[in-house]
Amino acid sequence: MREKPLLEIKGLKTYFYTYEGTVKALHNVNITINEGEIFGLVGETGCGKSVTALSTMRLIESPGKIVGGEILFQGEDLTKLSEEEMQKIRGNKISMIFQDPMASLNPLMKIGKQIAEVLEVHQKHYDKNELRQRILNILRMVRLPSPERIMESYPFELSGGMRQRVMIAMMLSTNPKLLIADEPTTALDVTIQAQILRILKEMKEKLNISIWLITHDLGVVAETCDRVCVMYAGNVVECADVVEIFKNPLHPYTKGLLKAIPSVNRRVEELNTIPGSVPNLINPPPGCRFHPRCSKRTEICDKVEPKSIQVSENHTVSCHLYSNGG
Amino acid sequence: MLEIRNLRKYFPIKGGIFQRKAINFVKAVDNVSFSVKKGETLALVGESGCGKTTLGRTILRLIEPTSGSIFFNTPSEILREIDALTEKVRRNSATKDEVERLNKLNLTYNIALRDEKGLKNLRKEMQIVFQDPLSSLDPRMTIRETLSEPLKIHEHLRKEEIEDRVLELLKSVGLKEEHMHRYPHEFSGGQRQRICILRAISLKPKFMVLDEPTSALDVSVQAQILNLLKRLQREFNLTYLFITHDLSVVRFMSTRVAVMYLGKIVEMAPTEELFNNPLHPCTRSLLEAVPIPEPTTRRKKLIIEGDVPSPVNPPSGCRFHTRCPYATEACSKEEPPLIEVSPEHLVACPLADKLKKS
Repeated sequence: MREKPLLEIKGLKTYFYTYEGTVKALHNVNITINEGEIFGLVGETGCGKSVTALSTMRLIESPGKIVGGEILFQGEDLTKLSEEEMQKIRGNKISMIFQDPMASLNPLMKIGKQIAEVLEVHQKHYDKNELRQRILNILRMVRLPSPERIMESYPFELSGGMRQRVMIAMMLSTNPKLLIADEPTTALDVTIQAQILRILKEMKEKLNISIWLITHDLGVVAETCDRVCVMYAGNVVECADVVEIFKNPLHPYTKGLLKAIPSVNRRVEELNTIPGSVPNLINPPPGCRFHPRCSKRTEICDKVEPKSIQVSENHTVSCHLYSNGG
Repeated sequence: MLEIRNLRKYFPIKGGIFQRKAINFVKAVDNVSFSVKKGETLALVGESGCGKTTLGRTILRLIEPTSGSIFFNTPSEILREIDALTEKVRRNSATKDEVERLNKLNLTYNIALRDEKGLKNLRKEMQIVFQDPLSSLDPRMTIRETLSEPLKIHEHLRKEEIEDRVLELLKSVGLKEEHMHRYPHEFSGGQRQRICILRAISLKPKFMVLDEPTSALDVSVQAQILNLLKRLQREFNLTYLFITHDLSVVRFMSTRVAVMYLGKIVEMAPTEELFNNPLHPCTRSLLEAVPIPEPTTRRKKLIIEGDVPSPVNPPSGCRFHTRCPYATEACSKEEPPLIEVSPEHLVACPLADKLKKS
């Protein structure tokens, strides 16, 4: 079965021009997000997950620049839109929530008023009563207790989990097609994280939207996502179904990452580690960017950049090990 | 090795015109007692705001305790004597000599009562590693300076000796001689945390508090640090108090676990026992909420509703009752004591026995 793609990122390159040199933050990133799925993008700090999302929203600011590639959203190339046209997409069709909801909310405005503002800017003008009802409905949808009280609260009066729920409610109030959630639960406790992830899943079912979940936590991915891509140092190294990637990881980096997580289910004596650390992206290693840390590297690895190889219907990997038909 | 008795830490909330009057208290640590055995790793877990960090720091006297006793490396016969005398004093049946004897013993052995000078010797024995290595390293000191400071203060070594020791330390965790002259900002997060660990072990302490040492790190780096901590524990026969909110790390690192909720210990057991047979609903909900990196075992979860209540006015009775799916009326009235239900397995829930059978 072939799903309908909602967002297709092809060969995306985003560079940051700093005093020390050009940081090649994204290098030929290819990602497809289908309609009605929860898509997970995982990777460690600095691998370019957030930059990919921000590039999609066209929120990359100087000294950063999208230097190449296409971002097709419902067939339209977002990189070619003017700022005005892009504003109609942002918030309306693609919304985004971030790790720290406190930084995204206005501390001096009541929650109700902030949501009202979003609705007024992106949709039509409502009369007072209608607006109130709509806001209450939205807050109820994300399981916020006593929404009347929350409407009248300032952000500092809410807990972290409640703030994040307010953000989700606010972002979904305009009925977008795609919600980008950038580490939405990283700052929260596990019990609260479970609540937020459940809400995201419910929203996907109820509103039939796609959710692009960015995280570094493979546990979160396993429990929420339908499909996953793994990023390393500005490259997408592997993409597959969620079951497939955990059962049958192919890229040495994915394998290493999976083995490095301690498990709650059983006790191990020693954790596997990936030697070394993430490379500097001003002078990334030639060829495959993972080769200096890879235990399976061959001669070709530091010379030729690996291409994405389709190993099965829903599984692609960028590694020379699989170049001869896997 | 470490005995904590009825430890309390209340932070005052100041009010009144000049913010002088304490109008209320945040009961961050409320009547906590436990012991840490030599060579073990006791994990302290709980949600944010449950008081685990405050407890860790109070033990080292980085935060002044409100009341309670902390005994470190105290001979067991002395401990028994203190206990017996305390009990007598409580019953008002102690003679004047006995009261004096108790006061003297407490002053000698109870860390909670020591003055600054008395604490200095203790600092050699008890060390701490914090969550954020960047803010616990002086940005204007090179690594050589940072690592030689404790040696200068406590060991009074000569310059060359210090140099040798620092180099030896760096090499033991895979850092090189050239790193000695660099500043903290020139290192990666994992390297910085290794430097903090080195600084802590440079005086060969016996006991270390590890306060979320890997929470700010990526999984692959976390694995390196955790392995390093385990190796150091074996080499130097260290005892750890490992504070974390990540239960998968707990299973890997610890030998015993204490679960905290709103300033109290609600359950304590050997690690495997706790994971295989969690009894307190708080522990269960924590365990079930941990996302597991195995998509085929996606389960129906016991997701508890609501947030952690404020520790200023904690719920009456059992503090977990507002979120507990099994709570009965009695739970909101009476505070359940911590009871030993099987060897070394303590739990503060009257329903634990019933839940165990179900």
